[in-house]
Amino acid sequence: MSLAMQTKINLSEMSADRAQPQRSAVTPPIRLTRSERMRLGTIGLIGFIGIWSLLSLTGLVPRQFLPAPHEVLIRFIELLGTPFAGATLVEHLASSFMRFAYGFLLAAMIGIPLGLLMGWYRWLDDVITPIFDMLRFIAPIAWVPFAALWFGTGIGGPIMIIFAGAFPPCLINAYRGARFVNRNVIEAAQMLGTSNLRIVTEVLLPASIPSIVAGLRVSAGLAWQSLIGAELIVASAGVGFMMVQAQAGVATATVMTCMLAIGLVGLLIDVALRQIETAIRRRHGQS
Amino acid sequence: MASIEFSSVGKVFNRAGIDFVTLDGVDLSVAEKEFVAIVGPSGCGKTTCLRMAAGFEFPTLGTVKVNYRDVTAPGPDRAVVFQQFALFPWKTVAQNIELGLRNKGVPKVERQERVKNAIALMSLQGYESAYPHQLSGGMQQRVAIARAYVLEPEVLLMDEPFGALDAQTRVSMQEELVRLARVNPRTVLFITHAVEEAVYLADRVAIMTKRPGRIKEIIDIKSVRLAEKWDEHERIEDVMDLESFVHLRTHIWRSLREEKGSQVH
Repeated sequence: MSLAMQTKINLSEMSADRAQPQRSAVTPPIRLTRSERMRLGTIGLIGFIGIWSLLSLTGLVPRQFLPAPHEVLIRFIELLGTPFAGATLVEHLASSFMRFAYGFLLAAMIGIPLGLLMGWYRWLDDVITPIFDMLRFIAPIAWVPFAALWFGTGIGGPIMIIFAGAFPPCLINAYRGARFVNRNVIEAAQMLGTSNLRIVTEVLLPASIPSIVAGLRVSAGLAWQSLIGAELIVASAGVGFMMVQAQAGVATATVMTCMLAIGLVGLLIDVALRQIETAIRRRHGQS
Repeated sequence: MASIEFSSVGKVFNRAGIDFVTLDGVDLSVAEKEFVAIVGPSGCGKTTCLRMAAGFEFPTLGTVKVNYRDVTAPGPDRAVVFQQFALFPWKTVAQNIELGLRNKGVPKVERQERVKNAIALMSLQGYESAYPHQLSGGMQQRVAIARAYVLEPEVLLMDEPFGALDAQTRVSMQEELVRLARVNPRTVLFITHAVEEAVYLADRVAIMTKRPGRIKEIIDIKSVRLAEKWDEHERIEDVMDLESFVHLRTHIWRSLREEKGSQVH
């Protein structure tokens, strides 16, 4: 076999097997090992912090507006114990997290059953979909004035805003999960005399679990983001509230501490849900 | 007494605005406790016949009756065994078999007893709490058959049930089904494209024409089987060696080949 022919064959096999490094103009980028990727990630992070330090420490940007990384870190540790705007950072975070949990759970508890039912009952789909399609394009932050008027700025208003952010992915993923259940399995349930309600709970629900859990992850991310947005305007406690107070006093290090905390908690929520997702997929034998 | 009755059944499917006549005047009746196999070229509409008896699809013309009643919906009086098994992947073997009984409202103690019997009947002991994906294809189809048998349905509908199995598993399942039919005879409508399988299992074999499908010919197997004492042979290869078997098989093959021949454009 000539070399040219071998190359041709390799090219055709390439799309199926990308793990094999290939040398050609159309070769996809070489796959990196886990440790190589970790190294690149670390380089990126060090570069980011380096540029940030440089800008701040050399005075290119006034320290007042851009504190150095170590100053933010010190402030972060300080605020864990020292109250600011009436509570410590941990207390503010706890207060935010509770709101998040209520809004998120409420969205899941309504969105998932409704989505599954819409996936089974065509008439319900026809009734709900037009309303839903209209409402879901109103950004969670746009619900703020309405939510404040109806439910106040204490606990009700923010929960409603979180709900507005968290609800669509819950509903959409449960609905899509239910609609794409293998027809064979549904027919098997029908020939066994399974009632409609039982088909929803014992066939559509378990078959949609991977899709639902993926939706919950998206939903949690959106809920956490909308929550902080809501807290900037309403609420008298929480990380968002804390940030607004800090901004008023031009305490940039505190503002950035809050941002850091928001990012970290969001990441933790996502990691936790990803763990659950992986565990469920494994139990289903689908991954 | 007819248990399943197709009278002048026509079926038209509409795909992307074009009508396809799938069935054109199917007449077939299956008597109580009779085992009828339908064979035919692929795409002739044999599976559509079964799906209409199951209540998943409905005739465009004519009627499909099971026990003198028009079929209007799927139900546990007509248990189906699918080619792709269609087990519930999130339920254990026992839970899969139990669902139909729960739907019927059978009390728990009786349910457990009947599930246990069905598991023993299909030699599934020890796998009660296994999940379908942990079982081989043959085992999965045993579960599907147990799930159907446990309901003691008036009619069993089997849609190429062994089509997805490897050759050896297939043979053992065929032998098992014959044993089952002796222990616990049911009215069976069996779809297959394997001629030998049809001759080995069925009391009568209905041959369909190419699309639009009609019943071309019905071959009586049972009288030959009784006259030639097939049942004295325990194993399928011994039966398949008998002259009477070979004769019937060849006859059906020729009949099907004519259909395939006339399909060439």
